[in-house]
Amino acid sequence: MGITKKVTVLAVGLGLVTLSACGSSDDGGTGGDGGGSRTVTLVSHNSWAVSKDVVAAFEKQSGYRLKVLEDGDAGQAVNKAVLTKDNPQGDVLFGVDNTLLSRALDNGLFQPYEAKGSGSILPEYRVDEDQHRVTPVDSGDICVNYDKAWFAEHDLTPPKTFDDLIKPEYKDLLVVENASTSSPGLGFLLGTAAKYGDEGWQDYWKKLKANGVKVAGGWEQAYNEEFSGSAGGRKAGADRPLVVSYASSPPAEVIYADPKPDTAPTGVAEDTCFRQVEYAGLLANAKNPEGGKALLDFLIGTTFQDDMPLNMFVYPVVEGARVPEDFARFGPQAKAPQTMEPAKIAENRDQWVKSWTSLVLR
Amino acid sequence: MTRSAAKRRGNAARLGLMAVPVAFFAVFFAYPVAAIVARGLKADGTWQLGRIGEVLAQSDVRQVLWFTTWQALASTALTLLVALPGAYAFARYDFPGKQVLRAVVTVPFVLPTVVVGSAFMALVGRGGLLDDLWGFRLDTTVWAILLAHVFFNYAVVVRTVGGLWSQLDPRQEEAARMLGASRFAAWRTVTLPALAPAVAAAALMVFLFTFTSFGVVQILGGPAFSTLEVEIYRQTSEIFDLPTAAVLTMIQFVAVGSILALHAWTVRRRETALRLVDASVTARRPRGAGQWAFLGAVVATVAVLILLPLAVLVQRSFGGAGLGYYRALTEDEGGVFLVPPIEAVGNSLQYAVAATAIAVVIGGLAAVALTRRDAGRLVRGFDALLMLPLGVSAVTVGFGFLIALDEPPLDLRASWILVPLAQALVGVPFVVRTMLPVLRAVDVRLREAAAVLGASPWRAWREVDLPMVRRALLIAAGFAFAVSLGEFGATVFIARPENPTLPVAVARLLGRPGDLNYGQAMALSTILMIVCAVALLVLERLRTDRTGEF
Repeated sequence: MGITKKVTVLAVGLGLVTLSACGSSDDGGTGGDGGGSRTVTLVSHNSWAVSKDVVAAFEKQSGYRLKVLEDGDAGQAVNKAVLTKDNPQGDVLFGVDNTLLSRALDNGLFQPYEAKGSGSILPEYRVDEDQHRVTPVDSGDICVNYDKAWFAEHDLTPPKTFDDLIKPEYKDLLVVENASTSSPGLGFLLGTAAKYGDEGWQDYWKKLKANGVKVAGGWEQAYNEEFSGSAGGRKAGADRPLVVSYASSPPAEVIYADPKPDTAPTGVAEDTCFRQVEYAGLLANAKNPEGGKALLDFLIGTTFQDDMPLNMFVYPVVEGARVPEDFARFGPQAKAPQTMEPAKIAENRDQWVKSWTSLVLR
Repeated sequence: MTRSAAKRRGNAARLGLMAVPVAFFAVFFAYPVAAIVARGLKADGTWQLGRIGEVLAQSDVRQVLWFTTWQALASTALTLLVALPGAYAFARYDFPGKQVLRAVVTVPFVLPTVVVGSAFMALVGRGGLLDDLWGFRLDTTVWAILLAHVFFNYAVVVRTVGGLWSQLDPRQEEAARMLGASRFAAWRTVTLPALAPAVAAAALMVFLFTFTSFGVVQILGGPAFSTLEVEIYRQTSEIFDLPTAAVLTMIQFVAVGSILALHAWTVRRRETALRLVDASVTARRPRGAGQWAFLGAVVATVAVLILLPLAVLVQRSFGGAGLGYYRALTEDEGGVFLVPPIEAVGNSLQYAVAATAIAVVIGGLAAVALTRRDAGRLVRGFDALLMLPLGVSAVTVGFGFLIALDEPPLDLRASWILVPLAQALVGVPFVVRTMLPVLRAVDVRLREAAAVLGASPWRAWREVDLPMVRRALLIAAGFAFAVSLGEFGATVFIARPENPTLPVAVARLLGRPGDLNYGQAMALSTILMIVCAVALLVLERLRTDRTGEF
């Protein structure tokens, strides 16, 4: 009977191993891991989105099958890539933004590769031009959005600038995200730091706080629960007509509505924007570097760049990319957004977030 | 064959059975968590234990630890206070719609927090019921967090305690009263001691869930409140300070470990053999105005606390266009996914089936191995260890998987199996808690008789234990299934864009502006709710004579 028991244990154990083996061979079978394989793996944060036919175009053009691994939010994706640097999960990492770029570069995440067609990248997006460790792929602006109907109803001009937001007529109207856990929240904080300087931003936030700014945990809570101009906010009876979101949120409100309205229900306060740029790079120990290079070439090609706006709600970064009409009309890029050097962000962000937390939340 | 020889062999068999769950936990839990903690605390090959002191010395860390602990204790107490009358009502009264109601109270348990959190605002937030009736709001107060924890964990108490309560013989209490005890004295001396282990088990589960609360604290409490779980997430995902994250994880471990030890100790002292009867004979229609009023109060509590937020969700899933949001779920244009969002239902079901299979095998073997109440300390310790995954941060486990399971033959990082494996980690404790009490109720002498008559342990188990435990096994499977259906923390790391699970799909839809995205998120949540309720109702049908601790 001892034997019967052992057999049972073995059988179950084997079953598990087989089960897990099935899992890995499922991917291995399509050529995921072997060197020089025909699969290229893209690691991304979980906002990755692309049209089916664009993926098909890449696969046809390059001969590689594209596999995408989503690895949590942007911060998590980068941190995980750092942790697995010696044995990366994929070949290309996409979605490193300017707030995380220094962390990625300082940790030696990428190997140099100058993507074909980088000549057409607009000058303002170029970084790391002597080493070409990263390639800019898209850009977006984090800006204050306003609820048009609310301002019309209250016969009030919507704010335009950071300075407007601390005026008494906009008291108790703005909701922002927690800068320590939310990417737009951090972007808005950096925007104020870029505008008012390393010391001045704290003073600005004191005034913002005195003017009744509300802080929500994340974008979902701020936009869907507190902002009166969103679908969720309308249903929940939200009472804040100003929210930190993206310049591309108004076109999304038009495109994701049935029936489509003639004009966007929300607008953007032009001079409250902070520019976010997202980069991609070839991972240092990529198993399929050739495939990774082909993918990077493709990411800045016009097929992909034209497809991005309506999928990820971001702006292209290369000359000659076409932005769909609805998108350009309701969500134009900010003309003079605040920007900040990635190195400066890396140097200050933890300290600023800490000061911001004790200043605004405590 | 002598009895002692049979017993020795039985013990050896148990240890053998335990090998599989032990290996499972070692590989898929202990090793990954240890790996990520070690990565944080080791620099240049030496342990940086000084970091522990440094982190503990920070006053905000102590504040977070204090808040985490007291809100979990308060939530547990409040949940017991609100849900114990419910457990009694469900156990002892027959009333129309009881089965449906019992399934519905479990629904919050499997819904993504981000969705439920927002629906809960309709109760405590702006323009919510409290605001309408009495003009006060609880959002961004600690009360919202506590109430939401009651909302989430009501079912844990109703099922854990109610399950046992319905099987306690009411005649024992009646006998005590005949002998002159007051109603309260009879309850305190007869029923309460019998219920204590179940109450302790329920309290433990609620404590573990609320101690590691993340979404509820963030959404309802707002950014002013922070728990250990939130801090670990921040340190790991945002700040990337792994040493601090490692120390916080260890603090979480120590706290959860002490609670588990306390639980093991109290249960050992309280656990006695019980005379259980068929649940169907203990429940009856309420009699008299007092009992009807009591039942009415319980149902009203459920209606306000649980049904109202759920109803808000359903209502929001119907837009101006009627079923428009549901129709949109079947279309694959829109770009949020590569596939129509409705396919997430199929994905979730597939993952949940795989996770259930794993959880039932692992948890079942563990429960069989742990059957003997007089087993050694080692076995008891293992019993407690099985609960540990409920009290450890999903971020820690997720990051641990990534750096631990990266070498062949266990390079599972890119594999779909990681999703059900992570989900099974949470499912196993439920399976063990469901099966164990039933297995322990089986008379040892039956097994011994079978052995004396020459049956092998396997045959004895098949002929004696299996028939009794089959129903508990089905119920356990149902819970593991529900848990994996709702699991989000680990799944969000690993689900592929071409096959998102339901909670992941909901989160992605909510992460975008636009009426259609919001509406589809609500519609998909409603579908998740229905899938869960139907699964549980099917299980309610199977639930007859013997039910587990959960």
